[in-house]
Amino acid sequence: MSTNINFRRIVKLVRVVGENPRVKTFWFKDALCSKAKPGQFVMVWIIGVDEIPLSLSTIGDLCSVTVAKVGDATEAMHRLKPDDLIGVRGPYGNGFKIVKGRVAVVAGGVGLATLLPLVDKLKDYGCWIEVFLGFRSKHDVFQLARVERAVRPNGAVMIATDDGSIGFKGLVSELFETHLKRSKPSYDVVYTCGPPAMIRRVYELCETWNLKIQASLEAYMKCGIGICGSCCIGPYRVCKDGPVFSAPQLRKMPELGLYKRGPDGVKIPV
Amino acid sequence: MFKLFLGLTDLASIEPMLKVETLGLRFRNPLILAAGILGLTAPILKRVIESGAGGVVTKSIGLKPRKGHPNPTVVDLGFGLLNSMGLPNPGLEEFMKELETLRGLEDPIILSIYAFSEDELVEIGRIVSDFDVVSAVELNVSCPHVDGISEIAKNPVLVESYVRTLKRHLDKPVIVKLSPNVSDIVRIAEAAVDGGADALTAINTVRAMSIDIEVGRPVLAGVFGGLSGPAIRPIAVRCVYEITESLDVPVFGCGGVETARDVIEFLMAGATAVQLGSVIARGGLRVFKRILKGLRDFLEERGYSSIDEVRGLAHRR
Repeated sequence: MSTNINFRRIVKLVRVVGENPRVKTFWFKDALCSKAKPGQFVMVWIIGVDEIPLSLSTIGDLCSVTVAKVGDATEAMHRLKPDDLIGVRGPYGNGFKIVKGRVAVVAGGVGLATLLPLVDKLKDYGCWIEVFLGFRSKHDVFQLARVERAVRPNGAVMIATDDGSIGFKGLVSELFETHLKRSKPSYDVVYTCGPPAMIRRVYELCETWNLKIQASLEAYMKCGIGICGSCCIGPYRVCKDGPVFSAPQLRKMPELGLYKRGPDGVKIPV
Repeated sequence: MFKLFLGLTDLASIEPMLKVETLGLRFRNPLILAAGILGLTAPILKRVIESGAGGVVTKSIGLKPRKGHPNPTVVDLGFGLLNSMGLPNPGLEEFMKELETLRGLEDPIILSIYAFSEDELVEIGRIVSDFDVVSAVELNVSCPHVDGISEIAKNPVLVESYVRTLKRHLDKPVIVKLSPNVSDIVRIAEAAVDGGADALTAINTVRAMSIDIEVGRPVLAGVFGGLSGPAIRPIAVRCVYEITESLDVPVFGCGGVETARDVIEFLMAGATAVQLGSVIARGGLRVFKRILKGLRDFLEERGYSSIDEVRGLAHRR
């Protein structure tokens, strides 16, 4: 088998699991993905429909991607059943750098999927892990047991929901800010993934509290190999220079969380 | 024409050995970012220049925003890339705002444009004439995967007419990017020059197709695409050679440049400079500095004092 990650592999879905009414996880076997780093992504070909970037939510003999229904492509993907085929190429991007010590993980919505393999790995490295999870409501919570398994007994999981149906009522960035003010913790790094506005807020908090950050960003993507320019934020390509960025890089992205770019490159306010 | 004169500090950083002067413009070196690669936003174009490019060609821009084709749009075949991006761009007005942030950059910015009619060209020409961030315009008549554009480059009458119309309404050098998907590229090159083209780029991608045999479908959503990368380099070299053999016009060689040797090959075929892009997929933005070092080494080892001395060498009889 070729080791060129750019070559597309057609893989069979071995399992499809509903995580919540909007989110499903799709399991498949792929040798190159099984060697991916946490935070890396694959370009998934939903055959005959579209090709979209998706972070690996599990890395192992079986790999998975976890997808929220947000548009035509993801709706088509949600219709796929076990034994259906998808194309994958990658894994792409830099992935998270593992920092040993006391870490915070701040996840918004389906952004948690990107952080799951990281949390698994942090546990292996014996980190103290504090996880802040944000969802719309208790009905949207997913993969909580996996997160709790990873942090127990060396850490804590805190949940925020928009409607207060479980945990803190409000945004996960507000929960994180409240925690920073109350406990004044000294994290060695803050990992985050979620909606752009949330990432911007978490980044601002990290700047204020002088904390290192690794933020996984999303962008509309076409090539995934660093040449088409569709996913640029500031001087960086999300697909090749990212998707994980540090504070010095985020400082060069004034548009972060304010606008994104569509397939035509036109700015869209978020 | 103040843009032609560089400040002293810039002069110092220009290596006489590698510089290219053409179209009244000065390029630090012969490595120019090809159209369609990365050039959708200003900060990344700036980064390409900081990475060592002697100039940049932007994404092809039309009058109106265009989303391009659905994904998959780019597929790596190993020996080259197959793409059917479908000319995605934010439209001229929006893109000029983007480029405005590059004002003051000394290195030439070449705006790639496309038009579905000569009326559109007239409008583009008028708008761009007053926009001094752009040093020259490259007219894309050869995108192989967009109906209404790919046909132009095959028809010498249309090419001549398009170029003449653009030249009449645009007060900047015009480079015409030619298609290899023609039976006689010299005839099209002549038509472009007759229309008033100041320079040519050879070549655009080669119209191509690939099928995923596992699922029995074309690999690209757009079915047909354009092949770029090392697979097409011999075709591009042949086109540059053929054109410069019969026409006295600056030609930018484009197609599969990956190493300093490839650049030398294009120069020996008669190219004034080269354009490159697909190589960035594998080599990253470091490729510019890597190739520049290779060029210096090649010239020094063989006792050439500048790239001008290798240009056109292969035409000797």
